Amino acid sequence: MLLSLVVFWPLLVGLGVLAVPRLPDRAVRWLWVAASAVDLALVVGIWIGYPGRGIGYETNLRWIPSVGVGYHVGVDGLSLPLLAMTAVLFLACAIYSLRQRTRVRGFAALFLFLETVSLGLFVSLDLILFFVFFDLSIVGMYFVIAGWGHGDRQRSALKFFLYTFLGSLALLLGFIGLYLSGTPHTFDMVALTHAHPLTGLGGTLALLAIGLGLAIKTPTVPFHTWLPPAHTDAPAAGSAILAGVLLKMGTYGFVRIAMPMLPDTWRRYALVAVVVGVVSVVYGALVALAQRDFKRMIAYTSVNHMGYVLLAIGAAGLLGSGAAARSLAVTGAVTQMVSHGLITGALFLLSGVLYERGGTYTMDAYGGLASRTPRFALLTAAAAFASLGLPGFSGFVAEFQVFAGSLGPVPVATAIAVLGILLTAALFLAALRRIFLGGYRAPGGATVSDLTVVEAVAIAPLMLLALLIGVLPRFLLDLIEPAARTAAELVAR
Amino acid sequence: MTGMNEDPAALLPEIALAVAAVVGLLAGSWLPRRRQWIVRLLATIACAVGIVAAAVAAAGPARTVFGGSYAIDTGLAAGRIVVLAATLLVIALAGTAVSGHRRETEFVVLLVLAALGAVVLAGATDLLLLIAGYLLASVPLYALTAFDADPAGTEAALKYYLIGALFGVVLMLGVAALLAAGGGTDYPTLARTLPDAPPVLVAAGFVGVLGGLLFKAGGAPAQFWVPDVTEGASTPVAAFVTTIPKIGALIAAYRLLDVALPGVAGARLLVAVVAAGTMTLGNLAAFAQTNPRRLLGYSTISQVGYLLLAVAAAGHAALALPGLGYYLAGYAITNIGAFAVLAALPSSTLDGHRGLFGRRPVLALALVVCLLGLVGTPPTAIFVGKLSVFTAAFDAGLLWLVVVAALNTLASLYYYLRWIVPLFRRGDAPHPVAGRWPAAVAVTAAGGSLVLGLAAQPVVRALTAELLR
Repeated sequence: MLLSLVVFWPLLVGLGVLAVPRLPDRAVRWLWVAASAVDLALVVGIWIGYPGRGIGYETNLRWIPSVGVGYHVGVDGLSLPLLAMTAVLFLACAIYSLRQRTRVRGFAALFLFLETVSLGLFVSLDLILFFVFFDLSIVGMYFVIAGWGHGDRQRSALKFFLYTFLGSLALLLGFIGLYLSGTPHTFDMVALTHAHPLTGLGGTLALLAIGLGLAIKTPTVPFHTWLPPAHTDAPAAGSAILAGVLLKMGTYGFVRIAMPMLPDTWRRYALVAVVVGVVSVVYGALVALAQRDFKRMIAYTSVNHMGYVLLAIGAAGLLGSGAAARSLAVTGAVTQMVSHGLITGALFLLSGVLYERGGTYTMDAYGGLASRTPRFALLTAAAAFASLGLPGFSGFVAEFQVFAGSLGPVPVATAIAVLGILLTAALFLAALRRIFLGGYRAPGGATVSDLTVVEAVAIAPLMLLALLIGVLPRFLLDLIEPAARTAAELVAR
Repeated sequence: MTGMNEDPAALLPEIALAVAAVVGLLAGSWLPRRRQWIVRLLATIACAVGIVAAAVAAAGPARTVFGGSYAIDTGLAAGRIVVLAATLLVIALAGTAVSGHRRETEFVVLLVLAALGAVVLAGATDLLLLIAGYLLASVPLYALTAFDADPAGTEAALKYYLIGALFGVVLMLGVAALLAAGGGTDYPTLARTLPDAPPVLVAAGFVGVLGGLLFKAGGAPAQFWVPDVTEGASTPVAAFVTTIPKIGALIAAYRLLDVALPGVAGARLLVAVVAAGTMTLGNLAAFAQTNPRRLLGYSTISQVGYLLLAVAAAGHAALALPGLGYYLAGYAITNIGAFAVLAALPSSTLDGHRGLFGRRPVLALALVVCLLGLVGTPPTAIFVGKLSVFTAAFDAGLLWLVVVAALNTLASLYYYLRWIVPLFRRGDAPHPVAGRWPAAVAVTAAGGSLVLGLAAQPVVRALTAELLR
């Protein structure tokens, strides 16, 4: 029941915030921070109490048994790291939003709702429960972008909604295929993973539907076109959650649903995932390189980073890889999800700082900020280096494992993917040079002030965590590895 | 006349409706115009009493009454409760439009009589009673369609009447053929004798009776009247016509297939083909619509197609009857909710509600919930309904039909989104708001659809039973 409390606690606080009339904005902001902090503390408690392998904190209640739907939640080594990353990122966004001034109540309630939805998705062990959270995350993010974004926000939000909602229906069709194939019919993930009932043509169709739904959410090339406008027009905290948490729902779905429930089919079409992954890596990096808009550039690097995850899980399904390599690749994929959440979350919050100071994301409008804003420059540089995979940060740990696990079965693809790192390095260095070096320049000649304490407190812990994972990764890897090994065994069946 | 098990107490819901209709008509003749709301109140009370009585009867044992012509069983209980609850919603929905109207009483009485007809259809286990139910559920609706006596309504009523008369004849011919083949009109006799009867006669009779029921349900090939009536009639009437008769007709079709003709080869296949045709036709036609009423009209046709999945699976899957009953409940509440938004904010184009979310967020969200509910998105009621009938059809060996239905569902998202998307765009066309009642019904129905979806299990379990044979 503790897990359900973790999931629904933010929603309860959010409803409370809406229910109490005439709550001052200041109180709402601090209540939001406190609620997220409590939730993070609970997640840390769950981490400490987790036995190390298998499903912990399981709750399995009957919901609609006549159609095989249950309220089944639990955590394991694949979901717990993402759960913790989600709680951290939402707390960072809550702190960052202490400076939020417009319609604070709705904003706070929406983010608390999104926190419940995101946490709920990662602990779901029932496909319908997973799907409901998946869809609600789209609804919640739509309102964040449409209500608090800037630029052509209505249009971007609508595009985001239509695209991902259509993908979610494809996902649902795939789930129904899995459900109908089982005897007795069930949506329970554990039972379906155990039985893996769908093979042959049915399996192919189900994987096609599920893969399409998840690929749109992740997003991979060629389904990524909703992402840049959504990010560009979203508020900074919304972007951080969208990139940090919502994109992981797609990749997590691959690891949790597509691979273990359709192992035969996954192995048969693993090469497709590899190719899509590598194309996403290279294409995302190349397009990011061409951007003049700082936030849009980070958005495209997300496509690049999610490509590594796809490469890894595709490689894990190929026959050429041994048990150790498979396990390594899956571990790398999960680590990459956590790492990308922390680093890109920080980068988007930093881009929000930039926009708040100068009113634009165009990199050429700024210059030489390093001399005036040392803290901002330091954190941005750290995040950029972490994002390009510099040793010492979490991104390196993740990508190293991805490449080590993929090199055996798909050497050429891996070699091409490594090129992606060079491209990211180039684009981040170019971005840092434009914004921070050279003569001082700011839009309208404004004076750009350095990070405030609140902003620093919101963003710096994300980078510290990325550094901690980069230097002392064992605490995280010890949690992921047993689950990754299990996942690798499941896909090799 | 002994041995006819005449037990009027078993028919309390039906009697309540009949009494409300008769007393309402008499009282309405004497009441001044501004007091005619008393008749509406009377009808409301009759529906509420009927729901309670039906629930009480459902708790008791299943039995037939009046010489085996009427079955008091789970199928009837579902029909009664859904029909009466939906009628309550429509009466509330019509509150603003008919309040103080000079023919308020007639409106309400006709609604009540048509609801009674739908209930009779759901319970009939005798073909002659089925004909009576068909007429009772049809004739008042012809009058209601033309109630405003405007050109569009009159034209729709004429079309409705002509097609109804045609299919009434088809129904009676079918009954005659089955009587000739089976030597009786009650279902138990038919179930016993039809397997040995001349197959051609049985097939002709089945096709005729099914045709009549498809007209009432608004399924292909008897669906031509649906879009015209939804466009021409007033919104409350359109909501009623596209919801309540379907409930009776689909339960009657299920009963016919499950109880009267279980051994007839090809009957299920025919229903399955009709289901596939109905949903595909409704969806394809809905794509091109620009008027929200016509769009909803075609959408109700496609919904009948999905509902027919349960009929095609009748007797061959445990989830067929619970699925049908639950889906009907979910469909009724969702469909009425969508029409209620139209009643609150009349519009003749899909773009007419542009920007609604900015000004009336609650109403806009209610519409979104209802429309996404009609698609079958979790956690709304129709999702569980669709899932149940899909499962039933799959278990009955109709995989191809499930695939057709799933593809249709995916395609249907397109035309519902054509209506949803403008709600969230920027726009400032002024919206007339017709009273408080329609908006209240819309919000209630949207909420009800969510609650029914989340708390599906008790309903599905209550419906898990066999029809009386």
